[in-house]
Amino acid sequence: MADKKTPVLETKHLGIDFGGLTAVDEFNIEVEHGEIKGLIGPNGAGKTTIFNLLTKVYKPSRGMILLDGTDTQGMTPEKVNRAGIARTFQNIRLFDKLTVEENVKIGLHNHINYSSIEGVLRLPRYWSEEKKAHEKALELLDIFEMSDMAGDVAGSLPYGAQRRLEIVRALATEPKLLLLDEPAAGMNPSETEELMNNIRKIRDEFGIAIMLIEHDMKLVMGICENIVVVNFGKIIAKGTPAEIQSNDDVIEAYLGKRKG
Amino acid sequence: MLGNLINGISLGSIYAIIALGYTMVYGIAKMLNFAHGDVIMVGAYIAFYSISYFGMPALPALLLSIAVCTMLGIIIEKLAYKPLRNATSLAVLITAIGVSYFLQNAALLLWTSNTKVFPNIFANIGAIKIGSVQIAPVTLVTVFANIVIMLVLTLFTSKTKMGKAMRAVSEDKGAATLMGINVDRTISLTFAIGSGLAAIAGVLLCTAYPTLMPTTGAMPGIKAFTAAVFGGIGSIPGAMLGGILLGVIEIFAKAYISTQLSDAIVFAVLIIVLIVKPSGLLGRKINEKV
Repeated sequence: MADKKTPVLETKHLGIDFGGLTAVDEFNIEVEHGEIKGLIGPNGAGKTTIFNLLTKVYKPSRGMILLDGTDTQGMTPEKVNRAGIARTFQNIRLFDKLTVEENVKIGLHNHINYSSIEGVLRLPRYWSEEKKAHEKALELLDIFEMSDMAGDVAGSLPYGAQRRLEIVRALATEPKLLLLDEPAAGMNPSETEELMNNIRKIRDEFGIAIMLIEHDMKLVMGICENIVVVNFGKIIAKGTPAEIQSNDDVIEAYLGKRKG
Repeated sequence: MLGNLINGISLGSIYAIIALGYTMVYGIAKMLNFAHGDVIMVGAYIAFYSISYFGMPALPALLLSIAVCTMLGIIIEKLAYKPLRNATSLAVLITAIGVSYFLQNAALLLWTSNTKVFPNIFANIGAIKIGSVQIAPVTLVTVFANIVIMLVLTLFTSKTKMGKAMRAVSEDKGAATLMGINVDRTISLTFAIGSGLAAIAGVLLCTAYPTLMPTTGAMPGIKAFTAAVFGGIGSIPGAMLGGILLGVIEIFAKAYISTQLSDAIVFAVLIIVLIVKPSGLLGRKINEKV
């Protein structure tokens, strides 16, 4: 394990081209252990593309991604997850036909230890590991007070609960860095408020770093310690919420150039 | 009447075991493995040679046959289907047909077109008489095997972590891989299970109908595929129900209507069911989102 001085995530000259179009270029950031970082920018700026690069859904055209000091080059999305990056999706991608608890157990998959044979024959280790997984799943669901929904089919949950379940499922994989893609999308102000508290709680309890894409500025400015602003695939500003709010480039990217 | 029903259930149970293989692979890998029927044939040949040429007892021969078919299934998936993971379903379908012809012709080359007579592995056990009806031991074993396999598969997919991973992969490969699920290994496991079942079906099929040649698996393969669609493809109880119904319909059509037309009747029933219920008897209703 790298020491705490090494950032949990560091990208160097990260970029990707789609055909002739450069979607992300010269993306250099550092995320410290336990940090909550915001990634903002106008629509189409390349925010989700950056998440897809970090999780290796897309293969970067250039640059490096260091996770806890280890180069993730050549890793598949599955390996990146095992190495410590988990994420949620802008358009919810739960396993709709599985129950809430089963969705969480998919996240726990690599932390449940028994073989197929032990599973088929239901040997003692199957029962003890499944029991452990069941308890762990309920414990994680309790963060969002969702353990009473454990048996419900995920696809039948209300929208807000589905967003929360995605976070629980990602947490179950025991990440060092959690990527949240628009966690508050479609939530009302009181739900957003609750979500903010829960994101802080997750960071404090699990000691993990969180990077989030969000359009709700109240949430971003309220919980992020540092913010990165991208536009047209490039970083246009980095800093604390206060610095970002008074940055001319950022204001221009969101509102257009001031005349005169 | 009762005798025909028993024969129907017996044949149907063989279809059901084959259909379970089809439905597992379709349900999880979302592809129709048309070579499945030919894996049955390979399984039957392995058992045939083990018993008739090497004098192995039936049970070890069956286990060897399962082991060979499981490996064969994994190899077919790795070499033929895995490179097409992101190709159109049409390309995969054509490849599957190609694999089917490859296996049939490889069998022709290896084992010639001469019909082999499959040994009766239950020769020492006499038929069981219930009243006036005789039940062959292979019938009992087939029905029993079918029920056990269905229960084990249902428990496996619903209660174990590998089974849950399979269902997750079936719904969304991308999201599953981002949750740390090894999608390739999960699909490989599915093929292994399906092909192992094919070996069991092959041995039971050839015990009940003891002629073995390189095309032996083709027709039961297509019938079992029909059974899987009939019951609702992707559904494990659906495959079992579809298989048994298909077997019963086929035997009754043969006994009371016409031997020549029996296959036509079977497929006509399939068409009617699909018109009335396009997702099959136990298939999930698919609502197109607008």
